[in-house]
Parts: sequence; structure tokens; C-alpha cells
Amino acid sequence: MKRFAPWLIATSLALLAPLAQSVTLRVADQGDVQSMDPHSLNESLQLSFTGNVYEPLVERGKDMGLAPALATKWTQTSPTVWRFDLRQGVKFHDGTPFTADDVVFTFKRAAGEGSDMKGYTSAIKEVRKVGDGAVEIETNSPYPILPDTLTRVQIMSKKWCQENKAELPVDRRKGIENTASFKANGTGPFRLKERQPSVRTVLAKNFNWWGKADGNLDEVVFTPIGNDATRVAALLSGEVDLMEPVPLQDVERLKSAGLTVLQGPELRTIFLGMDQKRDELQFSNIKGKNPFKDVRVRRAFYQAIDEETIKSRVMRGAALPTGLMVGAAVRGFQPDMNKRLPYDVEAAKKLLADAGYPNGFEVGMNCPNDRYVNDAAICQAIAANLARIGVKVNLMSETKVSYFPKILRRDTSFYLLGWTPSTVDSHDTLSAIMATPTEKGQGQFNLGAYSNPKLDELVLKIQSETDQKKRNDMIREAFKIHQDDVGHIPLHQQALAWATNKNVQLIQLPSNDMYFKWITLKSK
Amino acid sequence: MLAFVLRRLVQAVLVMLTVAFIAFMLFQYVGDPVTNILGQDATPQQRQQLRADLGLDSPFPVQFARFVGNAARGEFGLSLRQGRKVSSLIAERLPATLELTMLAALIALAVGIPMGVYSALRRGTFVSQAMMTISLIGVSLPTFLIGILLILVFAVTLKWLPSFGRGEVVAFGPWTTGITSVDGWRHLVLPAITLAIFQLTLIMRLVRSEMLEVLRADYIKFARARGLPDRAVYFHHALKNTLVPVMTITGLQIGGLIAFAIITETVFQWPGMGLLFIQAVQFADIPVMAAYLCLIALIFVIINLVVDLLYFAVDPRLRVERTAGAH
Repeated sequence: MKRFAPWLIATSLALLAPLAQSVTLRVADQGDVQSMDPHSLNESLQLSFTGNVYEPLVERGKDMGLAPALATKWTQTSPTVWRFDLRQGVKFHDGTPFTADDVVFTFKRAAGEGSDMKGYTSAIKEVRKVGDGAVEIETNSPYPILPDTLTRVQIMSKKWCQENKAELPVDRRKGIENTASFKANGTGPFRLKERQPSVRTVLAKNFNWWGKADGNLDEVVFTPIGNDATRVAALLSGEVDLMEPVPLQDVERLKSAGLTVLQGPELRTIFLGMDQKRDELQFSNIKGKNPFKDVRVRRAFYQAIDEETIKSRVMRGAALPTGLMVGAAVRGFQPDMNKRLPYDVEAAKKLLADAGYPNGFEVGMNCPNDRYVNDAAICQAIAANLARIGVKVNLMSETKVSYFPKILRRDTSFYLLGWTPSTVDSHDTLSAIMATPTEKGQGQFNLGAYSNPKLDELVLKIQSETDQKKRNDMIREAFKIHQDDVGHIPLHQQALAWATNKNVQLIQLPSNDMYFKWITLKSK
Repeated sequence: MLAFVLRRLVQAVLVMLTVAFIAFMLFQYVGDPVTNILGQDATPQQRQQLRADLGLDSPFPVQFARFVGNAARGEFGLSLRQGRKVSSLIAERLPATLELTMLAALIALAVGIPMGVYSALRRGTFVSQAMMTISLIGVSLPTFLIGILLILVFAVTLKWLPSFGRGEVVAFGPWTTGITSVDGWRHLVLPAITLAIFQLTLIMRLVRSEMLEVLRADYIKFARARGLPDRAVYFHHALKNTLVPVMTITGLQIGGLIAFAIITETVFQWPGMGLLFIQAVQFADIPVMAAYLCLIALIFVIINLVVDLLYFAVDPRLRVERTAGAH
């Protein structure tokens, strides 16, 4: 690799010569990356950003499909054992060669104390070194989506972590800072050049990167700008080249100012959940029984909601109404089943009357007001919709900081939530949202405790079924059960919105990951 | 004099203890730090262990005493969100806020006092009427709106000045400053003006009304009778006497400026303490919130103490009849 370096530098110099200066992309985002440590926080912005510096074994390509990164090839050698052949000749930014030891070390770190990535490593029993060029990963039980899970685990250097006393992610209890929080040493296409938390973070091109970048960036300056209006102003005034998210009300304005707004459906599905567990609904005027246990009531709620109007008015068109709990990019998505129950107020009234509530009832609804796009406004629209069938909704909108602890305690009768299957596989949603809550973590976010034993059985089988055809059929069946039961009420997928000036060419992924290696900045 | 200072000091300590108590209560009641750190899926044993590690299982007074002891040494632990020391986070942010606040205070004084004097002396002229109208707008427009309007005009439309951030800064040891470079100054202008406008109009109106009152006083009439030129009467005798209350108010307002800076810093993405605080609130980052609360209280207490002492030194009447409260 070393002997190629001068050649690479010469080529890039030749490429840069006509521009006479390096190509710098200035990016503004709503929030800052909290840490440079790829294992300290399982959050999309965090992993998206560090994903430019660190790399996983398997990554997502432009079509969200799996692509080789630090592993060139992977094969399943037995139902629970996978072999990953590692890319040869790769070096970390400090020059240390990348080896199997780094992979073994990384998985230990990601599964260890202080790591927020345990969710991605919990299925793994052991990671073994097989010579310098390969590793074997053994799972606790057959786990066909292991490569999908691995896309989120970014590989760190064992030597560097040891030298910098960063063998574990920062432990907030001990009050000792950790080098990995503000320095970085990965294998990725960019290296960390400067880090000023919540001011600016600068990445510079890694000339020794093993891959070939499609883009032409030499440097990326990342700035958090929390205030929506200021972020829009910064793009309009030309101080930044790319910013996200675009506030919905500014989309037209930016377009008319000659800027590009890229909108696409996000992986996240926004839906409503209903308490189907308690025998008496907590926040309601109905005593002694729980109306949500009756599928007719759930169906009535579904049919009373005018999702098309929510899309056009509340979301200003930036939403994709959905009848399934997963979006189109997710494995197991069933295009033919993605139909909503028709919006029909009369039918809804009749269903409610059949269920024994001809005059409706009162129910409390919990809603975040700073988590999803226009979340509180969606809930208001739904409350107005439900009023038409006689259901009086007592809406409680609050900040995510108080909302999430409350609903995670299951202190709710009716709530709005969004879910992104982080593995980009339906099993994630099936297991976290639709399966009956158990001690083992199934149904962890099934906060209304919707339960159907047939679906639970399917979820377990889907987890370990390796035949894709059979697996897809089972996912279909599970979705069908959930739709018939109206376990939850899916609403829509909110749109991602990025805005750039005319010189930027990029790839927008539904996961909202922003990979700088795919960005080209044309000279003005 | 000594008794006065001592009494003020005791009051200051009481105020600080009260604020520390409120900050401490944040840890107890705003979100559960155990859940925040471990997440929802931790086992009861892990929770118990963390409680013990954090000292949350000790009796309440012991926990509070420990908190005050640490706070007195500037130790508030690690930010839950960033995993970095709260003390170093604040130390990084303090220069930005102080630089902005000081410049804003300077603008407010340097522009506000002359405007106040002018509008008092040339009452009824078109210019002073215009100044009064403008000051009314300054007092009534909310800071964030002024900031956004300035950004719209000077950054988006005219493209003269940058809309966000601090620009290029130079570090002198732990202190960072933007005032040594053109770029730093360009970034300072809009937020400093935004922050200054309210104070400026306040000072202007205060100077004007004080000046009008002083000009009616007997000693001014005598000064005129002695045949002193207008310049000497206005600037030597009148203005000097006007400035006593202005100094008091300005001192107190500097504390207010630091508190108001939260909004200005949010609008301009100014990397100061206010922005840090807002981000901490959004994520229930309690150590940062507690530290900010204590620091702002400390700044207020110190400024109040200094102003009280200054007042005592400047106004001879206080020394004789302090309980009467001449002003």
C-alpha cells in the first residue's frame, strides 16, 4: 500500500490543480455529534458521522443493500457460525495495519461496560480470530440477519485504544474522560482533523484509504446550528453548502431561491399504539373495561383518521401514508399489502356503536412535541378526527425528555411513536413493536402490549429461518395477522429533507446516513 | 462598613446554598439518572449497583453535603450526554459568553448614554422624537426576533456579515477570543447588537429621565446663574449626577445580559454557556444544568455584592442613613 501513496498524492494534486484549492464541503446539522466514540451512543446522527471515519465489517450501499467494507466476503459455515474474510492491506489513520485482533477487540468493547451498542451484539456468543485474515462469529442461536446487524458496529484499533486508555467507552459514573470521545483513529475515507464540540468538527480526506471515493471532497466542516431559521439563513447566505433537516415550511422558499431540496421517505414509520393489556383503561371515562381490547374499536379509530389530510396539511406533503409497520426499503416489506383501511367516518361510527359505544368515549393521548416531524400537530389532527366519531381525546403533548420515560413505563392508554428498524429488516419491527412483551426483551417497545400468540410464534421462527423465501412468507403472514388485529395504527413515513446549493451532488439514504465519500462539490 | 460587608456576605452564602439546593433537587426529580445512564432494559441488580456507585443510596443530607462540597470545588461530574467533564465544558464556553456580553454592555453604554443625554437636552426635536420611538421598539421587540431580522437583512439579503458561529478564534491558554481577527469581529457584530439593543434602550430611557430630573434641580439653576457655559452645566454637573443610578442599573444588567444571552446564543449558534444550557435542557443533561444554574447565581451574587459596595462608596448619604434608602 505504501508504495502507492506517492502515486495517489500525485494524482490528487493533478486533479486539484485546476481548482487551485482543496474542495471543502460545509455542512450544517440541527444537532451536534455527541462524541467521536462509535460505541458510546446508539443514535443515527452519531453513527452516520463516525461512519465516515470508522468502518464496519459490512456496510450499506447506495441502494441500502449489504456491501463489503472491512470484510470482503462472508459465509455461513454452520447455522450459528459465520466466517468473515478481512480486507488485506488496510491501515488505520495512524498507520497501524488493520488485523483480526482489532475485530475481536471491537466486539468485546461494543458488548462491554459503557457501550450503547449492546443491542447489536447481544445475539453474538463469541468472535474468534481465524489467522490474521479472517474471523468467525458465533451466535447464540441461528441468526440470519447477522450481517445487517454488523453494519452498525464500527471497527476500532486495539493498539490505539490501549495506548489511549480507551479500551472501554466512557463511563459517566467514574467521572473520568475518555480520549476516544474527542479523538478518532479509524480506517475510513476521512480522518478527524479538528474537533470543537458543538462548534465545528473538521474531517480531512484519508489519502491512504483502501477504497475509491466517488466524491471529490478534501475536507468537510461540520457545524451544528440548532435554530431552524438560522440554519436556513446560513444556507441562503451561502455560508454552508448542505444542511439538514429542512423545516417543512421553508421547503418552497429554498426551492424558489434556487437551492436544491432533497426529500425522500425515511425508514422510520410513525404509528399509534393503544393499551390492550389493562382490564380498565387508565385514562378514560369508561370504567370496568378496556374498549381497546375490542378490535372493532381499534378499527374504528383507524378508519376515523384522515391520513391523506394529515399528509397534505400537517406534513405539507412530506409524508408517505402507509398501511404497513415498515417502509419500502426494509427487507420483508410487502408492496401489495401496503394499503390503509379506507378513511370512512360512517363505518367508524358504526363499528364503535357495534362495540357498545354509540356515543363514543373519552381517552387520554400521549404525544411528544419535539421528537418527530410535526408530531404534536399530527396528534391534534387525530384528536379532531376522532371527535367526529364521538371520541373525546384528552391530548397531552410534552417534550421527549418527559414523554419517553412515561410511555416506556407503559403509563399510557393511547400514544404516538416512530420506529426505525435499525437492521433494515422486518424482524426488528416485528420483535420490538408487535411481539408480546416478555422478560427477554421481546416487545420491548410494544407499549400497549398488543398480543397474538400466532404472531409471537412466527417472530421466533423468522429470527432463525435462513431460507429467504420461507422467511418472507412468514413475515407476510405476521403482517397479515397484525393488520387484521389492528395491533397498531400505522400513519406514515415522514420524509427526510436535506437542502444543498446547486453545486452539491450526493446520495440520500432512507436511513438518513450522510456519507461524505459519495458527495461531489462542483466548482462554481 | 465591616458589618455591612459581613452581612452582605452572609446573605450571598445563603443565596448560593439555596440555589445549590435547587440544583441538587434537579438530580433527584428531573428524570432518573439511573434510567438515563443505563437505559430501559437494565436489570434491577445493575440499577442497584449504579445507585451505589453514584452515591444515590446515602441519606439525603449526606448527598446534599457531598454535592455542595464538589460544587464548591467546581466539580459537577461528567455530562451525561457528551461524557466530558462539566467543568471543562463550562470553561470552554465561558470566554465566548463573556466576550459577547461585555461587547454588548459596551455598545449599550457607549450608544445609550449619549442618546439619553441628547433626547433630554433637545426635547421635542424631530431627532429625539425618533430616538424615543426607536427605543420603544427596542424595549418591546423580543430578542430572538431582532436577531432573526438582523440575520435576514445583513446575512441573507446583503451578505455583509455571517449569520452564525464565532468564526476564527485565537487561544491564549485556556481563554479563546475572536477580537484579534477581522473574521472574529465580523461574527461578533450581529449577536452583540442583538444582545445590546434591549439594554441600550433601557439605559437611554433611564439617562433621559434622570437627566430631566437633575436639570430641574436647584444646583443646576445656580450653576446657570453663575454664568457657567451650557457645556459645563450639562456634562460636568448634570451628567455626573445622572450616572449614579445608571451605574447601579448597568451593573445589575450585566447579570441579566448573561442570562438573556441564552436566546441570542441560540439564534446565532454562538458557542457560549447559554447554548450549552439549552442543549442540556433538551437532553435532561442534569449535571450541566445544575452547574449552569450555580454559576449564573454566583455571577449575580458577585455583581450584586460589588454594586452594593460601590454604591456604599459612591453615595455618601448611604453611610449616614442606610436604612432610609435614598434611591
